[in-house]
Amino acid sequence: MVTRISASKASGIFNRGGLAAAAFAALGLSVSAAQAQETVKIGLIVPMTGQQASTGKQIVSAVKLYMLQKGETVAGKKIELIVKDDGAIPDNTKRIAQELIVNDKVNVIAGFGITPTALAAAPLATQAKVPEVVMAAGTSIITERSPYIVRTSFTLPQSSTIIADWALKNGIKKVVALVSDYAPGHDALNSFKATLTAGGGQLVEEIKVPLANPDFAPFLQRAKDAAPDALFIFVPSGQGGTLMKQFAERGLDKSNIKVIGPGDLTDDDLLPNMGDAALGIVTAHLYSANHPSAMNKAYVAAFQKAYDFRPNFMSVGGYDGMHLIYEALKKTGGKADGDSLIAAMKGLKWESPRGPISIDPETRDIVQNIYIRKVEKVNGQLFNVEFATFEAVKDPGKAKK
Amino acid sequence: MSELVNESVKEIRRDLTYLAHWRTWEYVFWIVAFASIFVLPGHYLILTEIAWLALFALSLDLLLGYAGVISLGHAAYFGFGAYAAGLLAKHGIIAEPVLALLAAGFAAMLLGFATSFLVMRGSDLTRLMVTLGISLVLRELANRYSNITGGFDGLQGVIINPLLGRFEFDIYGKVSYIYCLVVLFVMFLIARRIVHSPFGLSLRAIRNNPLRASAVGIPVNLRLIAIYTIAAFYAGVAGALSTQTTAFTSLDVFSFDRSADLLLVLIIGGTGYLYGGIIGAVLFKVLQDVISSFTPQYWQFWIGLILVLIVLAGRERMSRWFDMTRRTALVTLGLQRILQRGGKL
Amino acid sequence: MTILTVLFDGIAAGMLLFVLASGLAVTLGLMNFVNLAHGAFAMAGGYICVVVVNRWGMPFLAALPVAFLFSAMIGALMERTLYCHLYGRSHLDQVLFTVGLVFMSITGVDYVMGSSQVFIDIPKYLQGQIEVFGLGMSRYRLLIILLCSLITVAVQLILTKTRFGSRLRASVDDTRVASGLGINVNTVFALTFAFGSGLAGLGGALGAEILGLDPTFPLKFLIYIMIVVTVGGTSSITGPFLASLLLGIGDVAGKYYVPKFGAFAIYAMMIVILIWRPHGLFSRAVSK
Repeated sequence: MVTRISASKASGIFNRGGLAAAAFAALGLSVSAAQAQETVKIGLIVPMTGQQASTGKQIVSAVKLYMLQKGETVAGKKIELIVKDDGAIPDNTKRIAQELIVNDKVNVIAGFGITPTALAAAPLATQAKVPEVVMAAGTSIITERSPYIVRTSFTLPQSSTIIADWALKNGIKKVVALVSDYAPGHDALNSFKATLTAGGGQLVEEIKVPLANPDFAPFLQRAKDAAPDALFIFVPSGQGGTLMKQFAERGLDKSNIKVIGPGDLTDDDLLPNMGDAALGIVTAHLYSANHPSAMNKAYVAAFQKAYDFRPNFMSVGGYDGMHLIYEALKKTGGKADGDSLIAAMKGLKWESPRGPISIDPETRDIVQNIYIRKVEKVNGQLFNVEFATFEAVKDPGKAKK
Repeated sequence: MSELVNESVKEIRRDLTYLAHWRTWEYVFWIVAFASIFVLPGHYLILTEIAWLALFALSLDLLLGYAGVISLGHAAYFGFGAYAAGLLAKHGIIAEPVLALLAAGFAAMLLGFATSFLVMRGSDLTRLMVTLGISLVLRELANRYSNITGGFDGLQGVIINPLLGRFEFDIYGKVSYIYCLVVLFVMFLIARRIVHSPFGLSLRAIRNNPLRASAVGIPVNLRLIAIYTIAAFYAGVAGALSTQTTAFTSLDVFSFDRSADLLLVLIIGGTGYLYGGIIGAVLFKVLQDVISSFTPQYWQFWIGLILVLIVLAGRERMSRWFDMTRRTALVTLGLQRILQRGGKL
Repeated sequence: MTILTVLFDGIAAGMLLFVLASGLAVTLGLMNFVNLAHGAFAMAGGYICVVVVNRWGMPFLAALPVAFLFSAMIGALMERTLYCHLYGRSHLDQVLFTVGLVFMSITGVDYVMGSSQVFIDIPKYLQGQIEVFGLGMSRYRLLIILLCSLITVAVQLILTKTRFGSRLRASVDDTRVASGLGINVNTVFALTFAFGSGLAGLGGALGAEILGLDPTFPLKFLIYIMIVVTVGGTSSITGPFLASLLLGIGDVAGKYYVPKFGAFAIYAMMIVILIWRPHGLFSRAVSK
């Protein structure tokens, strides 16, 4: 089709004379047009500097690993990846996304380390009809902000309600919550609280910790003084290590207070360095590098061989996000416009290193197993060892409405 | 006697007018700036950012370059303006962007006036810390009152109405860019008028030696409060522009990094001649874009290195070119005066 | 009982702040040099400690002097090659220069050590709590208090009792007269700078366990360090010391008793103090 147009243009030039020029023009036009047709561009926007840098590192590593394993051609299209750093600053994200869409003409934008950055790009996704694949950010509302948003990471209420369920079933009644004082922290706290109190449990104290907080000691002391059955903790991954160190330091590990929470606390990225203080923490989460499936074993081995660090839940978000884009392209036969891609992504089901997952066709949010895990030593290293599974959990944040 | 005084007053006035003359390169500069609308259509987004960053840097230049006040927390006023513009648009209080821009600027100006009293006391170091403290307190307050500001998630649902009721903000950013550039130009003209006025001269006297300035009868503190308030207005307008062109704002506007980057922008461009902020903004953004495209993870290293090198090489040496032009102007001025007096010195 | 625990934690936090900040107080007071990169030296100490303890298996207590020496060496090197060119420059130049260094150190460490948080393997005997008269005290914090008190006393003694100390004080009071009296001010400066950096490095190594250590450390704690110095004033070492304790206890107590008050208490406190006493709480000097 395109080639034909360029040929007719070329004949116009030919009529005015200059055979060689016409031939060149025809060649050039058709080649560039064909290239434009056959590449699918993916703009990956992740934080690679600043506090969230480790999230970006995990995602980019996983995405590149996927492309290495599965090749760079899908359904006859060449996949081109453009990686950009937004430093987890939302107005950067917005500008970068806009540039990628307008100048680079990307077919998909992906990544998004934190909720604000995912939200900042949402209006653009709608306006330009470009699918936005959220690979990390976890606040429930994200997918409602644009019909072009699909999520392959997780939602905070998924883990928080499941851990509340588990706590109730295991005789934990009196809980103190310690969460970071920002939107995801509130999100985790509220969904945990709703399930806990509905099941007859009691949240005796809510401690909100400032996000930029060097010393947890006073907050932990407050939690200790309340003497609960369990302490529910949500802090951004990265602070969990310090928190658990101080938990042990306060002698809380010797007390009868159990630590529970969403799995951000025992992030695989940090767990190996957390020390024995972390032993026995029970968390609910979507992925553990210790997940006992053949696929995950191969994934972890390949990842560690390529990058020399342990993949965490952010990495599977990136890996599955890439898989989602690849599979959607296969389904559309290479058609890469936003509407076809989104339609193809809805309802996709596949086996991921984290276990079976699917995209909810109604909410475009991820449906996945949530595992209850306990930190144990495996071959001398700390791992989250899964011991119970809640299958095919949808986002409870949306189910409520 | 009074004739003599009158004569010298006239002379000074003439000299001032001469110094305030537009030079050829300034015309060229602005023609190039406005030509960018037609020459660089694919780059409106980064140009827009450059434009409001330039305005922000201009604001700091007024403060630092002319009055010699160091601030590490200028982001406070930028952020205040940004949130003001966002909230005005979100709740439809002032729907028209230009009016909202002014309102946001005035909001930041009020904050600037209120906080200027805190900043006027103490040494450079105290000022650094107090300005930094103000922006950090604002950041924490914005996080605390997340029901108003959206907290960590940023201010969502901001819809910016068409400019002057007519021009819709498009996805390519053309309207945004023209809007920002025009605002920058107008604000620049005002700033230029300010610094070439007797008020502006008194600021420079304060910068060079506050003690001497007060000895010749300049009310040092009043002048500093005035310029601080004006600078806050400029920063607020810059912040409001950033919100209006992205339809979004977040806690990050108050961050220390933003104030530090701003200093860097101004320093790259040079202080104390008004164009420094604009040139610096262009260089900084282009550098950042180029470096981060080949090393997204480590671009800050190179930015840091540039900063270190600039300081080591000596900022004064780098801005000598502009001193030369200024000196040429003064020499011409002197010659003229000699000619007027019939060749006597 | 709780109030004692809070006090204990506050003192430990304050002591740690003091060790981190004292070097800056000295360089600022002595050379009138605004070194915003001070936190980078602390980070260097923390990371070298991670390397020697975790990778080479050196005992933690033996690694602390290593952290001190390492940071002191970097400090001396930087002082002789870079900082010495900037003494006569404006505060603005110094701020810019050191902010540039902060950016470079953050990305440099990220490149070499990775962006995740790291921890030092703390020996068993320093983990957990000991009970003294029913008061639960963290062993690690006890160590911090002991070490930091020793350091404070040592610094105070060096400043007041030794020949070097009197030279230093002379140089602080009047650089020109001091050099006229035959004191080699440059050497005094270099040694002091190295010593201050070394203390920061020690603070970084000690603080990693409590504050967490990652490449953004210099920026994250810059503000706390600067608060200590500005509030404490730079004319003596007792000023920053008292300011550290005040901030440490105030911060811990505030978080314990009124956790809702949030993070801005410490900033608000700083602003109020600086407005009340622009040259610091404990400053004698009117202006410098």
